[in-house]
Amino acid sequence: MPQPLSTLFFRKPGLLTAVVMAPPLLWLVVVYLGSLAALLLQSFYALDDFSGLIIHEFTLSTYAHLFDEANYQIILRTLTMSAAVTVASVIIAFPIAYYAARFATGKMKAFFYLAIMMPLWSSYLVKIYAWKLILAKEGIITWVATNLHAQWLIDGILSIPAIGGSSLSFSYIGTFLVFVYIWLPYMILPIQSSLERVPTSFIEASADLGATPRQTFRNVIFPLAFPGVVAGSIFTFSLTLGDYIVPQIVGNSRLMIGQAVYTFQGTSGDIPLAAAFTVVAMIIMGIYLTLAKRLGAFDAL
Amino acid sequence: MKSLKTAMIAILATTSSIAPALADMAKALGAGEGQVDIVAWPGYVENGSSDKAYDWVTDFEKATSCKVNVKTAASSDEMVTLMNQGGFDLVTASGDASLRLVAGKKVQAINTDLIPNWKNVDERLQSAPWNTVEGVHYGTPYQWGPNVLAYNTNVFKEAPKSWSVVFEEQNLPDGKSNKGRVQSYYGAIAMADAAVYLMSKKPELGIKNPYELNKDQYAAVVALLTGQRALVGRYWGDAAVQVDDFKNEGVVASSSWPYQVNLLQADKKPIASTIPVEGATGWSDTTMMHVDAKHPNCAYMWLNHSLEPKVQGDVAAWFGSVPAVPAACKGNALLTDAGCETNGFANFDKIYFWRTPTGKCEAEGTCVPYSQWSKDYVAVQGK
Repeated sequence: MPQPLSTLFFRKPGLLTAVVMAPPLLWLVVVYLGSLAALLLQSFYALDDFSGLIIHEFTLSTYAHLFDEANYQIILRTLTMSAAVTVASVIIAFPIAYYAARFATGKMKAFFYLAIMMPLWSSYLVKIYAWKLILAKEGIITWVATNLHAQWLIDGILSIPAIGGSSLSFSYIGTFLVFVYIWLPYMILPIQSSLERVPTSFIEASADLGATPRQTFRNVIFPLAFPGVVAGSIFTFSLTLGDYIVPQIVGNSRLMIGQAVYTFQGTSGDIPLAAAFTVVAMIIMGIYLTLAKRLGAFDAL
Repeated sequence: MKSLKTAMIAILATTSSIAPALADMAKALGAGEGQVDIVAWPGYVENGSSDKAYDWVTDFEKATSCKVNVKTAASSDEMVTLMNQGGFDLVTASGDASLRLVAGKKVQAINTDLIPNWKNVDERLQSAPWNTVEGVHYGTPYQWGPNVLAYNTNVFKEAPKSWSVVFEEQNLPDGKSNKGRVQSYYGAIAMADAAVYLMSKKPELGIKNPYELNKDQYAAVVALLTGQRALVGRYWGDAAVQVDDFKNEGVVASSSWPYQVNLLQADKKPIASTIPVEGATGWSDTTMMHVDAKHPNCAYMWLNHSLEPKVQGDVAAWFGSVPAVPAACKGNALLTDAGCETNGFANFDKIYFWRTPTGKCEAEGTCVPYSQWSKDYVAVQGK
């Protein structure tokens, strides 16, 4: 007698799990891990410098190319930018998140949520182009500065070696400002949620035991909120690390890792080098995530 | 007797070398297959959905019952990749893609007898080296254009005569340095612009073709561009961003396309363009047919349609390019009679059309290939 399907599943619960899980697992393994494997494989090939064709033989020469002065600079530049954006985001986001989590109530709280979330609702590209107009040589900032007779201030900032340039939107300063603006909500939200989870009783207990507000903050609130800071930093750091659109529109044409991948893969057909750059970004993020896990960031998400 | 034998061998040799290519070529056209799939640059095949006035697809579909499906591609490399994957009938390939497609045997020879409008095509383009190999035509010319030197007319009362204004530090006519006020294209193919400049500036290098550079010539190009880095605030990649750079960033001179210049002039900005004495690089696109095209009859019909003067004029007006059919220059409402001249029609002889630099080359025997250009241009921009 043929068994109904339900009986079969009842007798072998493992089978039901297998049937239900198969499609998403297949997706994960084939599409996600499969493409990663292909990427890894490509990075061990090399481009023949003479003909410009990919040689399908195992070699480490592509990785050696990463240490060429120009390529090494790209990695260093991207790391510096990611770190700077992350630190600046923490400094700006913490007070905002602190106020929103601990002091804002009712309408004020709703306002804070909206103000933080609103920028995420509009297109990423529109925001970047808007910033280009703000930062342009004949843009809003210059206009304001000229009217306040503070043009010397902008000229002074732009004449700083390395980070300056011929205009705010042609300099690292511009790229940095846009990155901080774009990723800030991703820093505020995890910090806010970790601050909200600090029990009020802890703070009261701290006060009862004679701690000053500053001591309470340093010894109670900040350590408890720290995993949220690390969680937010994962976003700001990894998003900056991989972005190739912001530095393309606001920046000085010195490539970051994302742009390097785009350029080598897209315009010169050097897929091995593009893959090797991607692997660098993955390794950096691997290290970062391991550290973040140790610091308890994943408990805060 | 001996000369006859030689002649026979010569004839045999020629026919046998051309024969394989010709064997696959269509001899006659049948009925349309109902559709044609085209890989094209954005703006190249418009059906009126961007702007009602610009539509050269609808009439074709009505007349031939061939539905036109377009897949736009953003770079020559993407076009080559798509054609390698297959599933398309036609592609509008630039010179830095067309020869790769021919060499890769991805496109087929075209029988020009099946294209009545072939006779309309500009003679200068009919057998150009980027669409014709050993006398065999691999496609029909579509559009071309120069990479012009765009400049601000408030700063330059007269058009700059030389590309040196963007390559070497100097005071511009307004008395201020060009530092931070000039741009170049971000793609490695822009290194050819520098090579064109060096052809006149340093004749002792003996550059014959800006896409075929030996080690020494190439080193001179890299050195020039490294010096230029200090002058360039940012290299341009996106046409819309460059328009903004001219408007808001104080850029006064840069390599550019007629497209941006037209946009800026339409906006009443003091921008004009010129082709300096050294000449300029440019692009010339060819509509090519895939070797396994599933809809060859519709594809041939499109090739013919694409050479209609009306179509050519409309595309040129929309894209800011020069038509491959000179008859398109007169009497087109969208392009106007001045359009061809504005977009660079008279400058054909001053233009070195884009080609992919390869390791093997005619001028020097061995040349620096494109992959190397690409790496070094990234390094130059990173300095």
